[in-house]
Amino acid sequence: MVNTKICLSGLLLDNPVIPASGTFGYGREFAELYDINILGSIAIKGVTLAPRFGNEAPRIAECEKGMLNSVGLQNPGCDAVIREELPELSRVFGKKIIANVCGFSIDEYAECAEKISREEQVGLIEVNISCPNVCGGGMAFGTSPELAAEVTRAVKAVSAKPVYMKLSPNVTDIVSIALACQEAGADGLSLINTLAGMRIDTEKREPVLANVTGGLSGPAIFPVALKMVHDAAEAVDIPVIGIGGISKAKDVLEMIMAGAHAVQIGTANLIDPWACRKIIEELPLAMERSGIGDLEEIRGTV
Amino acid sequence: MKQTVCKVIKNELIAKNTYEMLMAGDTGGITRPGQFMDIAINDFFLRRPFSVCYWDQDQVSVIYRAVGGGTEAMSNMAGGTELSVLCPLGNGYDVEDCCGRHLRDGSSLLVAGGGTGTAPLYGAVKKLSEKGIRPRVLLGFGSKDEVFYEEKFKEITSDVTIVTEDGSRGEKGMVTDFMSGGEYVLACGPELMLKAVWERSSGGQFGFESRMGCGFGACMGCTCRTAHGSKRICKEGPVLFREEIVW
Repeated sequence: MVNTKICLSGLLLDNPVIPASGTFGYGREFAELYDINILGSIAIKGVTLAPRFGNEAPRIAECEKGMLNSVGLQNPGCDAVIREELPELSRVFGKKIIANVCGFSIDEYAECAEKISREEQVGLIEVNISCPNVCGGGMAFGTSPELAAEVTRAVKAVSAKPVYMKLSPNVTDIVSIALACQEAGADGLSLINTLAGMRIDTEKREPVLANVTGGLSGPAIFPVALKMVHDAAEAVDIPVIGIGGISKAKDVLEMIMAGAHAVQIGTANLIDPWACRKIIEELPLAMERSGIGDLEEIRGTV
Repeated sequence: MKQTVCKVIKNELIAKNTYEMLMAGDTGGITRPGQFMDIAINDFFLRRPFSVCYWDQDQVSVIYRAVGGGTEAMSNMAGGTELSVLCPLGNGYDVEDCCGRHLRDGSSLLVAGGGTGTAPLYGAVKKLSEKGIRPRVLLGFGSKDEVFYEEKFKEITSDVTIVTEDGSRGEKGMVTDFMSGGEYVLACGPELMLKAVWERSSGGQFGFESRMGCGFGACMGCTCRTAHGSKRICKEGPVLFREEIVW
């Protein structure tokens, strides 16, 4: 029997597999397909203080082994999520969730995180300072160590739950941002968010996405994500959640060898709605095959 | 929604650049015309959404134009090819509502299709005819070589008008030129056509197309604004009622 259990800032998970924010909604669509209680946790769709429609369509463009999205943080707003989505989710998912919060000002981040962190079912706060699809928010806070630290401090001061900062790969030096967040009191890090990219429709001679640019995700970005997780995990002492193009159990093992405590599965859910279940089923077998008894044995060994 | 494997039975050119793919597989979940299926194509990352045209207990067909890499690859698939499919997706046309309305207030029913948007309406007309209702059918195409399914519709209902923009087949003009105005419409086609039909109709249901990420409501890639808030074309759509549509 292998041990897939892992711990994130005191939160014990049965396995390291967590659907990534923005690819799993608030769980409802997937709960109709399988018992989502098998998941380690769920990172819910990003929440802002006010409701957001998001960007205009088209919001999706296909790429080689990946896709671009420019959804732009569509969500019904923090109050509606707490009032409607979280109770719905608690009926189908009995474990603690990760609440992903985003903002357009430091105050908004703090207010949103404070509100949602008080909810009993929320185990961790994940602060999205890395969304590439909104103006004046998201990634604007995640590309400077000073601003990233400022958001971290503001959220830490008010959050009732541990705070994980979700980092952008669209930076010169992710280690400096990771260290700035750690020094400002972050309990952990999640990385990476999507890589900024674009596609052009050559017939129309215009961008495919109405927003012009979007965020690249999917297996295409896995090696980039792995390297950034490796660099960040080596530099900090807090737990890192590895995210980016993971689509199979072997990818999970790579991420953990690179230093991740847990992983998030994003785009794979969109192609195969049962992707997380498959990875959870494969993981113990993959561990056995590689002679791994406990994920602890391999964490950060490479 | 289920994930199933469908096997291509036939994949034929039925009009200019337009193909019909008939597949064998588990169609048990399809309940309404206008629902769609998301087909995985080798070497393409995202699944491709297609409206169901015809279905019975163990066969289903889709009609598509080869307009990009994915659909071009599809057009080359031979019989026997196995495809991973998510099906059924979306809400589809509410034929009951349509019939109820027709029987209650005598609204004249019109089925209006444009291009490959004609495909899901074939299922809708079949469902209506099973209820003894034979609506007027208006099908618009660019020119005669794009016309398909004329005979198939005529097997079900006699009142079928083909309209081509260049007049090379049937009537010349646009579908809206041949509406009497004020009809309850089941429509599907390009967005400009849907808008024109919407303007001349009194009620109805309109099938929309969108670029999708997942096709089952997870990614929020196909969200649109409606009079009743944001809706996902793939989940709360692709068919929207006239009164909820915001242009």
